Amino acid sequence: MTKLTDLTIAQARDGLRAKEFSAVELTDAYIAAVESSRPLNAFITETPEIARDMAKKSDARIADGSAGAMEGMPIGMKDLFCTEGTLTTAASHILDGFKPQYESTISKNLWDAGAVMLGKMNLDEFAMGSANITSYYGNVVNPWKREGDDTDLVPGGSSGGSSAAVAAHSVIAATGTDTGGSIRQPAAFTGIVGFKPTYGRCSRWGVVAFASSLDQAGPMTRDVRDSAIMLGAMAGHDPKDSTSADIAVPDFEAALTGDVKGLRIGIPKEYRMDGMPAEIEKIWDQGIAWLKDAGAEIVEVSLPHTKYALPAYYIIAPAEASSNLARYDGVRYGLREEGKDLIEMYENTRAAGFGAEVKRRVLIGTYVLSAGYYDAYYLKAQRVRSRIVDDFKKAWNSCDLLLTPATPSAAFGAGENQDDPLAMYLNDVFTVPASLAGLPGIAVPAGLDSKGLPLGLQLLGRPFDEETVLRGAHVLEQQAGFNAKPQFLA
Amino acid sequence: MANLIKGNTGDWEVVIGLEVHAQVSSKAKLFSGAATAFGAGPNEQVSLVDAAMPGMLPVINKECVRQAVRTGLAMGCAINLKSVFARKNYFYADLPQGYQISQYELPVVGEGEITIDLEDGESKQVGIERLHLEQDAGKSIHDQDPTKSYIDLNRSGVALMEIVSKPDMRSADEAAAYVTKLRSILRYIGACDGNMAEGSMRADVNISVRRPGEPLGTRAELKNINSIRFIRQAVDYEVKRQIMLIEDGGEVVQETRLFDSIKGETRSMRSKEDAHDYRYFPDPDLLPLVIESAFVEEMKGTLPELPDTKKDRFISDFGLSAYDAGVLVSERETASYYEAVAAKADPKLAANWVISELFGRLNKAGKDITDSPVSPENLGNLLSLISDNTISGKIAKEVFNEMFETGKDAKDIVEEKGLKQITDTGAIEAIVDGIIANSPGQVEQYRSGKTGLIGWFVGQVMKETQGKANPGVVNQLLKSKLEG
Repeated sequence: MTKLTDLTIAQARDGLRAKEFSAVELTDAYIAAVESSRPLNAFITETPEIARDMAKKSDARIADGSAGAMEGMPIGMKDLFCTEGTLTTAASHILDGFKPQYESTISKNLWDAGAVMLGKMNLDEFAMGSANITSYYGNVVNPWKREGDDTDLVPGGSSGGSSAAVAAHSVIAATGTDTGGSIRQPAAFTGIVGFKPTYGRCSRWGVVAFASSLDQAGPMTRDVRDSAIMLGAMAGHDPKDSTSADIAVPDFEAALTGDVKGLRIGIPKEYRMDGMPAEIEKIWDQGIAWLKDAGAEIVEVSLPHTKYALPAYYIIAPAEASSNLARYDGVRYGLREEGKDLIEMYENTRAAGFGAEVKRRVLIGTYVLSAGYYDAYYLKAQRVRSRIVDDFKKAWNSCDLLLTPATPSAAFGAGENQDDPLAMYLNDVFTVPASLAGLPGIAVPAGLDSKGLPLGLQLLGRPFDEETVLRGAHVLEQQAGFNAKPQFLA
Repeated sequence: MANLIKGNTGDWEVVIGLEVHAQVSSKAKLFSGAATAFGAGPNEQVSLVDAAMPGMLPVINKECVRQAVRTGLAMGCAINLKSVFARKNYFYADLPQGYQISQYELPVVGEGEITIDLEDGESKQVGIERLHLEQDAGKSIHDQDPTKSYIDLNRSGVALMEIVSKPDMRSADEAAAYVTKLRSILRYIGACDGNMAEGSMRADVNISVRRPGEPLGTRAELKNINSIRFIRQAVDYEVKRQIMLIEDGGEVVQETRLFDSIKGETRSMRSKEDAHDYRYFPDPDLLPLVIESAFVEEMKGTLPELPDTKKDRFISDFGLSAYDAGVLVSERETASYYEAVAAKADPKLAANWVISELFGRLNKAGKDITDSPVSPENLGNLLSLISDNTISGKIAKEVFNEMFETGKDAKDIVEEKGLKQITDTGAIEAIVDGIIANSPGQVEQYRSGKTGLIGWFVGQVMKETQGKANPGVVNQLLKSKLEG
């Protein structure tokens, strides 16, 4: 018999229904997996007691026929989602000891659907980073290693704890949040599926904010079907979030027809960048061939403002962050470092509470919003953003999905990219444009590079057309037949 | 130009613009469901949103938008169908988010104009620049502990309308009249209770002085003045300060000043150089506020008759003086009270009685017109007793006092106390004859030319009739008998 922790959500669902095992048994297997995967440092807080308690309730609901879509599924919750009574840190020192009195809408939706919380997943501090090396709680280690090389690699970021744990089978799935690629990039680095839905599809209420106009929650799972199931449980209109879309949630799993015949797949020519590694180009071409084989029509499209996306993103996101993070002032919750007066208390608290990357972005954001610079930076970046939105709108006239690489490289070693923040920012080059446009995007594992590390492809779709994205991703997944496993498995 | 101020070196013109913060009379805050009632214990009306807990998001309270639009319409302003909430970023302990959600480039209400009523009976138009919605901050309390400040977040997130005037006012009187009119409009439409003592309405006053005809001078901003009396005092002080400063060769600096109501002076709070860079930008947690024109039309339909229209109607329909009409319409409750009285009695008489007798008694008793022990119907009845000669005006005042104390009906009091006026000429004649017969000395003096004594005779008659004799009849009878 396969290990319980090797099952996907869909498989575990079948097993629970068929009474092959109980939710408590499944959860116990995962609690053990969480313990054995501690070297990855994927969790900030483990919650085994809560998990067992929830699993018992799941068994009761399975018994009385009221099981939800995620019933009994032991998942990891990115520690950016506020969980009532459970430490919530955003991986920052400044939220020391913060236990929310409320449950985020996304986590509540998942618990209501029967999911079981194994713990709170590590991440880059305030979700700022692409390597999970900015967490106050330490780096997360990618369960994958290069062949014949024991160097620890990064799991991507910011949802690095989630990606590492899903890849290492220490959780069946995990939540992520994606601001500029924080779901898709770590998914690609760890050989799993990461799906950022359309901005507005998942409520932001109770999610520690990084950049409000970009932040979007989504599932991180072993396969595309699991993402469809999990997104169905997460999504929905939330009157408590003014930017949440009042649009019905379709049956995402039903969208997985396995058929892409006649679907037009756009290949944006601007994504073929100078100096792009041959291996990335190769996997992209491979993806094109797979979809073509499956009956899709391949069309070249142009997204002319692509090269401005990254600079615009690194103005808009820090601008919003500089304001969103103002509330961490030591007055009401979290860390307080005393000072001789109020101003000094602020300074001491924020100096001690925020890490270097957060400070860098708060400073950038403060600068670009300052009098005299606002027009040149923030306003211009917003104009660029509109152009990028228009680029995509035009592209949808000639295609239904866009296929791109998910990342410009495979996972790298902690420290290999660290000296240059700008090089680090380039990790998001393929994911950021869709974030700026609010589009749904999924990263699907497609193959291994020459060193045996996973590489991902990204599919982007029209706003609120997650179904077509999932349909395309499902076919891509089948064609790729990716079944490699990391060196470290729980 | 009546409003010029004489300095030592010539005339000065004062230029005043106001920013009035009016708390929206809504049960819940602008972006959270927390309650807004005055007088709750510290931090009892604070939601997770108001305390800026991580991940909390603002959701606009439609009632506040409704009231902002109604206020805009009542001031004859343009309503912007699309407006944007922006964040005004600054750190303070009683500002939990680290920013105030306000409106910056695109406010919900644009330009308009209101008429202010001046004491000489003149009126003047004052331009409205804009009205925008914004959150109030919490309150810092510094005097409870030697080393700590306490924070009360009950007001944090309460909806304010900031109403910005154009710099159209030229004196303390005009500034006071502007705030008075604004308060009246807000109370008429129920958008704000106008209670300045409780902080529901407060004003920032921008003041500068210039030589007549010259460009605007440098202004000082007086912050957070919470009574109309203080506005007058603050303006007077500040105008003198600026004129003296300039005449002594100094320069007014652009700064924010505080009005100390105890010392009656203004003091510098911070200069322009210390001003914050608020780094305004559109709040990404909120979509632009889009209003349908049908909604604006609907709001127009909800507006009551406004004070200016009512005043005109009182003047034309009831023949009241502009002054009386102005007094009666200043509060909606007073106007409706008056109208109810006027429906039963002579409108001019009604105006006199409401303004002098009723207001006098209410003031003395410290009561509002809404708590008046005398109902408007009852006062109307009393006045009709005067008009139909059942009682004299003098008796009516007695009856009114009794009504005020007991709440009884006018007619009942008149009946009970037998206060009906004696108009029976025969009865009065008998009394008059008796008095003339008993006062030969006074009669002789009168007949020898001291006709002023008529008053003494009237007094005697009134004494004997306990004031119930019809004064007209008494006078006529006395004259004909004494001279006859």
